[in-house]
Amino acid sequence: MAQPNDRMYSRTHEWVLLAGGEATVGITQYAQEQLGDVVFVELPAPGKKVEKGAALGNIESVKAVSEVFAPVSGEVTATNGDLESRPELVNQEPYGGGWLVRLSVAPGAADGLMDAAAYEKFLAEEGAH
Amino acid sequence: MVETHLKRTPLYECHVEANARIVPFAGFEMPVQYTGVLEEHRAVRTAVGLFDVSHMGEIEVTGRRALDFVQYVTCNDASKLTLGRAQYSGLMTPRGTFVDDLLVHKMADERYFLVVNAANKDKDYAYLCAQAAGFDGVEVTDRSDEYAQIAVQGPKALATLQKLTATGLAEIKYYRFVEGAVDGAPAIIARTGYTGEDGFEVYVAPADAPRLWRALLATGRESGIVPAGLGARDTLRFEACMPLYGNDIDDTTTPFEAGLGWIVKLDKGGFLGREALVRQQGDGVRRSLVGFEMTGRGIARHGYPILAGGRAVGQVTSGTHAPTLGRALGMGYVPVENAAAGSPFEVEIREQRIAARVVEMPFYRRAR
Repeated sequence: MAQPNDRMYSRTHEWVLLAGGEATVGITQYAQEQLGDVVFVELPAPGKKVEKGAALGNIESVKAVSEVFAPVSGEVTATNGDLESRPELVNQEPYGGGWLVRLSVAPGAADGLMDAAAYEKFLAEEGAH
Repeated sequence: MVETHLKRTPLYECHVEANARIVPFAGFEMPVQYTGVLEEHRAVRTAVGLFDVSHMGEIEVTGRRALDFVQYVTCNDASKLTLGRAQYSGLMTPRGTFVDDLLVHKMADERYFLVVNAANKDKDYAYLCAQAAGFDGVEVTDRSDEYAQIAVQGPKALATLQKLTATGLAEIKYYRFVEGAVDGAPAIIARTGYTGEDGFEVYVAPADAPRLWRALLATGRESGIVPAGLGARDTLRFEACMPLYGNDIDDTTTPFEAGLGWIVKLDKGGFLGREALVRQQGDGVRRSLVGFEMTGRGIARHGYPILAGGRAVGQVTSGTHAPTLGRALGMGYVPVENAAAGSPFEVEIREQRIAARVVEMPFYRRAR
C-alpha cells in the first residue's frame, strides 16, 4: 500500500507530519498490521521531553506489548485522547485518527528520516513488501 | 536457522492459502491469526470458529494394566471413565505438581487415548515410558503423527459439524466422544474444547485433514464460520479461565494451588504425587491462583510482579485485554491471605504500580 507522501518515516515504522514547529507522530500501516488488534496505548504526558530514538510509549495488542520510538526529538504538547476509549483507531486510521502524540520540535528535526518513496523501498528490502 | 527444525501440521497449506500469520509455537509453524484476533474471538463467541490443533500430542496407553497405569500417573480417577467418556486430568510428578495437564479418553477396556500439550509431548512420552517400565502389561505409544486435530467451537459448532456427519451430535454429551465418520473420513468426535463455548474436537488421519478443513469452512459459511488462530485460542481460553501449561500451571504448581482440586481424587488409591498432595491438603495451600481485574489503567502480562503492602507476593501467569468483557484481566498466584474476591493488590507494569483487585473465576461463562 502506498504511504502518504506528506510526511517522513523512520526505520522503526513511525511517521512524522511537520507543520510549523509542531510534529504529529504515529505508526505506519505496516507497523499496525504487524501489531494486530491494538487494545491499549500508553503515551507520555504533555511537557515530557523525548529524544529521537528513545522510547515514546507502548502499544499493546491482545497478544503483546510493543514499544514506540520517538522518530524526532521534541517536547510533548498533546496526546491523542481518543485512543483511551478507541485504541483501535491505531489499526483503522494509522495515518489519521490513530495519531499518537504532537511534539514541539526544532527546525530540521525530521532531517535524516525517509520520505514515502524511500520508506516503500525500505519495506521492500526488509521483505515486508 | 531455527525454522528448519519446525514441523508443519497437515493443514499448513490451508493456512498459507488463507493468508494466516504463521509463528513458531511448540516446535510447529502455526497460524497465530488469519484476519485478526478480535474478529476470530468474536466469531467463536457468537457463531463458530475452526482451529487447527494438530500440534497437540496423542499418546496411547494399552494393555492388560492400562487402567492401573493411567491411575498411577494421573491425579483424576480414570476408573470412573466408561467407554466413550473423556476426563480432564493432570500428569503428576512425585511432588504432586504438573508434568502436564491432559485429556484422558477411554477407547476400550485396555486402551486409553491421552491428549497432551504440544510443547510437552516429547517430555510426557519419555516420562510415561519411564514410568511404564515398572508395569508389566502396559504399552505406551506416541500416536501424534497419526492424528490431525480440528476444533470446531462456538454456538453454531454443532449445526456446522452435523452437516458433515451421520453421527447424532446432540446425543454426545459434554466430555464424551464417539468414533464415527466426518465427511467420509474415520474420526473421533469429542465434545470437548478450550474456548468456553460448546464445540467439538475432531481427530482424523493427517491425509483426511485438509479436505475436512475445507469442507467445514464451506458448510459453515452460512453460519459465519472463520478459521481462528492461536491468538484467539489464547484469549478465549483465558476468558474461560482454562489454565495454560507453562503460564498458569507447571511443574512447580499443584492442582490445589491452581484451583484444580476437583481433578484430584486422593481416595482412588496410590498415584504419583499423592503423598505430597495429601500433605498439602492437610496443611492447606499457601498460595492460590486467582483471577483479577485491573482497576488502574494497564494490562498485566505473564511474569509481571504482583505486590501487596508494597512487597512482591506473586506473579501474573496470564493477562490480557479480555475481548468479550472489554476489560483488562489477569490470573496469578498470590498468598492465600490475598486471595479473597475483592482483595486489592498492585501489578508492576514497566516500573509502575497499577491497582488491581481479585475477582471470581471464570471471567466468562457461556449462557446454557
